[in-house]
Amino acid sequence: MSKLIFERSVPGSSAFSLPEGDVPSVELQDSLQGFLRESDPPLPEVSEVEVVRHFTELSTKAFGVDSGMYPLGSCTMKYNPKINEWAARLPGIAGLHPDQPEETVQGALELMYELEQMLCEITGMNRYTLQPASGAHGEMTGASLIKAYHEQRQDFRRKKMVVPDSSHGTNPATAHMLGFELVEVRSNERGLVDVDDLCSLMSDEIAGLMLTNPNTLGLFEEEILEISKVVHEAGGLLYYDGANLNAVMGVARPGDMGFDIVHLNLHKTFGTPHGGGGPGAGPVGVKEFLVDLLPIPLVGKKDGQYCLDYDVPHSIGKVQSFYGNFGVMAKAYAYIKALGGKGIREACRHAVLNANYLRHNLSDFYEITYDRLCKHEFVASAVRQKKECGVTALDVAKRLIDYGYHPPTIYFPLIVDEGLMIEPTETETKERLDGFIEAMQEIAKEAKENPELVKEAPTNAPIRRVDEVTAARRPILKWK
Amino acid sequence: MAYTPNPPQVVREMLGSMGLRDINELFIDIPEELHLNRELDLGESLSELELRKKMNELARKNVSIDDCPCFLGAGAYDHYIPAVVEHVLSRSEFVTAYTPYQAELSQGVLQSIFEYQSMICSLTGMEVCNASMLDGGSSLAEACSLAVDATRRKKILAAGTINPRYLKVLHTYAHGKGIEVATIPDHDGLFDADEMIKMIDKDTAAAVIQFPNFYGFLEPEIEKIEAAVHKVKGLLIIAVDPISLGILKSPADWGADIAVGEGQSLGNPLSFGGPYLGFFAANKKLMRRVPGRLVGETKDLDGKRAFVLTLQAREQHIRREKASSNICSNEALCALAAAVYLSIVGPKGLRSIAVRCHELACYARSRLQDAGFSLYQVPFFKEFPVRLSDPLAANSALLKEGIIGGYELGDALLFAFTEKRTKKEIDKMVDVLKGVQA
Repeated sequence: MSKLIFERSVPGSSAFSLPEGDVPSVELQDSLQGFLRESDPPLPEVSEVEVVRHFTELSTKAFGVDSGMYPLGSCTMKYNPKINEWAARLPGIAGLHPDQPEETVQGALELMYELEQMLCEITGMNRYTLQPASGAHGEMTGASLIKAYHEQRQDFRRKKMVVPDSSHGTNPATAHMLGFELVEVRSNERGLVDVDDLCSLMSDEIAGLMLTNPNTLGLFEEEILEISKVVHEAGGLLYYDGANLNAVMGVARPGDMGFDIVHLNLHKTFGTPHGGGGPGAGPVGVKEFLVDLLPIPLVGKKDGQYCLDYDVPHSIGKVQSFYGNFGVMAKAYAYIKALGGKGIREACRHAVLNANYLRHNLSDFYEITYDRLCKHEFVASAVRQKKECGVTALDVAKRLIDYGYHPPTIYFPLIVDEGLMIEPTETETKERLDGFIEAMQEIAKEAKENPELVKEAPTNAPIRRVDEVTAARRPILKWK
Repeated sequence: MAYTPNPPQVVREMLGSMGLRDINELFIDIPEELHLNRELDLGESLSELELRKKMNELARKNVSIDDCPCFLGAGAYDHYIPAVVEHVLSRSEFVTAYTPYQAELSQGVLQSIFEYQSMICSLTGMEVCNASMLDGGSSLAEACSLAVDATRRKKILAAGTINPRYLKVLHTYAHGKGIEVATIPDHDGLFDADEMIKMIDKDTAAAVIQFPNFYGFLEPEIEKIEAAVHKVKGLLIIAVDPISLGILKSPADWGADIAVGEGQSLGNPLSFGGPYLGFFAANKKLMRRVPGRLVGETKDLDGKRAFVLTLQAREQHIRREKASSNICSNEALCALAAAVYLSIVGPKGLRSIAVRCHELACYARSRLQDAGFSLYQVPFFKEFPVRLSDPLAANSALLKEGIIGGYELGDALLFAFTEKRTKKEIDKMVDVLKGVQA
């Protein structure tokens, strides 16, 4: 157990000093009368060496892609190239105020301009806003665009948003935030959108369909062109949740599939790190007919100079205070430049190869829901283990920790019982994949022979399983 | 560069083990007409050496605040970042981790977020703080959305002295959700409190104030607004500059129900506008409506103290359309930077930084006043506007002298003074302005 930084506090300790002041001191009671706080905020007082040791100790209790394989389905936990971290910290990248005169930030604007063009090429869209700061933020932007599109056409009946029953939780949450009524389309027996069901849902009240392709089962929506036709004929728009773009980049493009709006996750597909939960970046791309609705500003080019363009006639406004997570953009830009067109396709191919290799080798031990060609991920299930030995997907996940692997995403998508959603990404070696397969085999064996061992797991981690119920019933959310 | 580690013969071996010969066979489920069948036009791949050159070239086309004194603020500030912050943020266990869903493997991340939550509560005086929002503007918009849900009312009254970009973001969110936002006009750098009080009624979900306000001024009528909005059972939302909380009254002192703000100042670089850190703190009554991740303290099976993501029934991955927000990724690493920053500076350091900013601003003001510039007679913290006949020309003149000037307000420039500024830099800035105005 690590002490809290507050528990390391020794009054009078200090790790900070300012240079001697060279301007007159001010009597705060005069200049700020009535606005002053009565006492200093209760922050810890810790020496520099102890601050460093504290956070270093905490880092040893964290697990990143650099620590080991991280097959967390839907999260695309690929290796994050170190050169990109260096680039984002350059003074000419990190040391720019967002309101500096344009002539002093030409390099930054060029980077954004070029990144936009590269994203357009990769996805087959016409323009991008780089402003959204995360995938869900991109969804919110995209759903706002759908709403604005219909409103602009004076079509106020379109209050319904369709999402598949296998969708990410952010899709329905986003639609709800925008005031849409939610309609769920069923998956068919092949794990794909049931096109007959989709047809039956269509009406002049449909605003659009939010879809991931490949979907959250890792399966390519083979009838995507038909789906596109159905939605468009009903007057709706087709929205691409880019969470799974890694599975098709360089091979096929959402723009060619008929999608009108696309959001990307630079922190998934384009190799920027997840930072323990963020920051990410969620650029949103659109087809030509929606460009006038994009958030302001866009990045433009005029007389050879890059500029921020606020002239977007029907813009939905702003979704972030400035221009988006520029530091993340710089890393994604460097990533795409490093790979080039060929490398992007190779990354995709290897991601799909690794996923199929795992699926192929795990299918003897675990039920694979929809066991056929997958893309970048697939969903295994512990139903067999649960039925035969009382060992659940959660137990399998926790036991993987003992074997040195980050667990897969579990109990998702919701349409699979005891789901283990596995996404190895392209940056794992065959040796690592074989090690993972072996661990999964071993756990399946343990489930039969010694189920308690699996149910007790992890035993080889900084802590054992936690009491989540008490945490939620009597929440302690801060140090007292 | 390629980051795919398996060489061609290993790829062949893997394909062979599945009875495949060509990697393209893995894509036969994609309809033929959708295959791109050409290479993406993204240029040749670059070696690391070439990439380093390329990134350096781009970076050098910019003027960095490392090379020029920067008087820009307006929501993003050039505060000093102690070396320890960057050091901790280079620990790749933190950097390359995902959201800490698996508590057993993520105690380090969870504990750091718990400490961050505790520190923001210390600063703001609030009882609950989440693990971070996307930035100051979206945090304010989400606070208004919470107020609407909690009160089942539709009307938000926003002071006209709130950062105009925050208001713009608020309008985008509000339009989506069908929230009415009324912006209260401002005069001479302060919003019209009487007008706001007149408009507060039983349909008011919240009154929203920024303190110090966008112009750096200290709004004098918060107490009256607090009484009026609470009388009708609406909420009070205050957006704050966290550095100011080293010396100024906290949102809790003013009676706020929700405190939000931009946390970039706490150890995060300016980075041309992002990634930044929205903080979001609230009183305990609103705990189960707070958007985003919350880390709680609990115990493991052996009774050891442990940390875990909690109250997840608010969140999108559990509740889907019934979630309190759609937020998923947040700004965890920026929150870690804030936690390290606040640990390094401590209460006395934060106070000294706040005092220094204020003193430098006071010095600049007195120099400008002596030089005959037109200034507002309102208390301020670290930022204030200077009326100028030609703000653009003034900024150009400053830039010529190697100074990044103020934020353009139309008839004025808004200047910010962080602890990094010096007497010499201020003297030079004032002299240039004098030259332009003369």
